[in-house]
Amino acid sequence: MATAIRAQGLRKRYGSEVTALDGLDLEVEEGTVMGLLGPNGAGKTTTVRVLTTLLRPDEGTAEVAGIDVLAEPQRLRRSIGVSGQYAAVDEHLTARENLDMVGRLYHLGRDRSRQRASDLLTRFDLDEAADRQVKGFSGGMRRRLDLAGALVAEPPVLFLDEPTTGLDPRGRAGMWDVIEDLVAGGTTLLLTTQYLEEADRLADRIAVIDHGRVIALGTADELKSQVGGERVEVVVAHAADLDRAAAQARTLGPAEPVLDRRDGRVTVPVDGGAQALVVLLRLLDQEGIEVSDVGLRRPTLDDVFMRLTGRPAEDAAPTAEEPETSESAATTEEVA
Amino acid sequence: MSAVAELATDTVTITQRNLKKILRVPDVLVFTLISPIMFVLLFAFVFGGAIGDQGGVGYREFLIAGIFAQTVVFGSTFTGFSLAEDLQKGIVDRFRSLPMSPGAVVFGRTLADVGINVLSLVVMALTGLLVGWRIRTSVLEAAAGFLVLLVFAYAISWVMAYVGLLVRTPEVVNNASFIVIFPLTFSANTFVPIETLPGPLRVFAEWNPVSSVTQAARELFGNTAPGAPEPEGWALQHPVLYTLLWAAVIVAVFAPLAVRQYQRAASR
Ligand SMILES: Nc1ncnc2c1ncn2[C@@H]1O[C@H](COP(=O)(O)OP(=O)(O)OP(=O)(O)O)[C@@H](O)[C@H]1O
Ligand SMILES: [Mg+2]
Repeated sequence: MATAIRAQGLRKRYGSEVTALDGLDLEVEEGTVMGLLGPNGAGKTTTVRVLTTLLRPDEGTAEVAGIDVLAEPQRLRRSIGVSGQYAAVDEHLTARENLDMVGRLYHLGRDRSRQRASDLLTRFDLDEAADRQVKGFSGGMRRRLDLAGALVAEPPVLFLDEPTTGLDPRGRAGMWDVIEDLVAGGTTLLLTTQYLEEADRLADRIAVIDHGRVIALGTADELKSQVGGERVEVVVAHAADLDRAAAQARTLGPAEPVLDRRDGRVTVPVDGGAQALVVLLRLLDQEGIEVSDVGLRRPTLDDVFMRLTGRPAEDAAPTAEEPETSESAATTEEVA
Repeated sequence: MSAVAELATDTVTITQRNLKKILRVPDVLVFTLISPIMFVLLFAFVFGGAIGDQGGVGYREFLIAGIFAQTVVFGSTFTGFSLAEDLQKGIVDRFRSLPMSPGAVVFGRTLADVGINVLSLVVMALTGLLVGWRIRTSVLEAAAGFLVLLVFAYAISWVMAYVGLLVRTPEVVNNASFIVIFPLTFSANTFVPIETLPGPLRVFAEWNPVSSVTQAARELFGNTAPGAPEPEGWALQHPVLYTLLWAAVIVAVFAPLAVRQYQRAASR
């Protein structure tokens, strides 16, 4: 498969203080979806702006759709569609006029521009508002219009910077459908998002970015397994049983269970998956410990994110991989 | 499509977009129409009475061309204001990601803003006629007078386009243009006869293109006194030619600057 997006050693500094990109490398195969994850200020938007000709990097090279981004920006613009982090729509035009204008500026001609505009309005659920000025639109409507703008010319490579931020659940689901359709049709997509669930669902591969460089790369499953395996989680019905339950959990393997006294929860990393869960339940039953909730937890991308970027303060308790343990840290302790 | 054809079609697209906005934002339109009316009335009644005839021509009649010139030059501020606003609102990011001609955004802006100046000239002319201003030449000459005003204002709007893209903040464009344009339009023959100005200021005024555009309009409207002495200096003796030369030089310098600044400003 050919490479649709290739960036090498991208560097971008703002003044002497801020290094937005610090030697970023990225490759995206044709027809696949790459998700860029990273905390605020990681350099996601800067990456997108460099790859879409909006920003010149200080160093590095980039190639999109086989075209050198820095050498032939104008030629590249015919082959890409962009929707930036902040909706770039014209307030005083109607939704239809906005899309029609974009079509004309892609040089699609009058008839095709009109046709594309009305197709996209329908597809993005904007039919009703089509002939109203955008200044009266809600944030989500603007967002959808901006995304529609990126699709006007049916470009083979698409860049969407936080496409579903600000959308309601229905808008988000609709967006996911649209994206999945596009990808099924062979479009290459680079997507940034704050929603890990979204990356999990849409992205073939995920690049976690922090401080302007890629710190982890792989499929969602690969990243999750980097963080650790499965855990069994049990919530006891009576708080008094918590220590006894923890003692049983210890017998499952070498790993130390983690206690959450406030919720009466025991979490223990296991190897055996569902089988370990059955074993633990049987042990608890034999001990006469009543259980109010039980589950097998796999690491989520949230866990990956927290672990890799070290954002929440629970680095002190490395076995506690659950995000919410940071809030309940005071009541969490390891069994001696 | 060739580069020129692309520039032309994209400029049309952008001009249409800008004109729609001008028509749809009532406050812009209202101020565009009200401030020239106010200017004509204010000058006509406040100064018009205080200062007597200018060599046989009523002061009001003398004033009108000056007010026209000042208003259309000020009108060019809108070009810079709008471009800064487009930058600020992010729509320029959309434009820059499209395979459109890079000059089209600025060309489309300056062209649309000619529309604003046409409108304010019409309004001012009507108001002027109401307070006693008269055109004393042929229709053709009068049309040429308006045309010279428009051409000069068009050139200034390229300067403002550059300024707007440089400073990137609409409010700053307004203030900056006021600081430059206000003195420029006053140290000229716009509101007082040039002979009344003191030494160095008078020399400046004689070569100030605002003076020449005013003088050109005055002559083409027939608002100069029949027996008035020939103005001093080559510039005011050939006001149309001198004005057009200025306009050509300004566009030749500022059009490339503005287009380059557009490409830079957006790529930060
Ligand atoms: N025009 C600019 N001037 C100065 N610093 C900038 C500029 N643009 C970005 N930066 C800095 O570069 C870094 C990366 O910014 P970027 O917008 O790429 O982050 P991001 O990953 O998109 O963040 P977010 O999730 O908040 O959108 C940040 O530290 C930011 O402050
Ligand atoms: Mg961002």
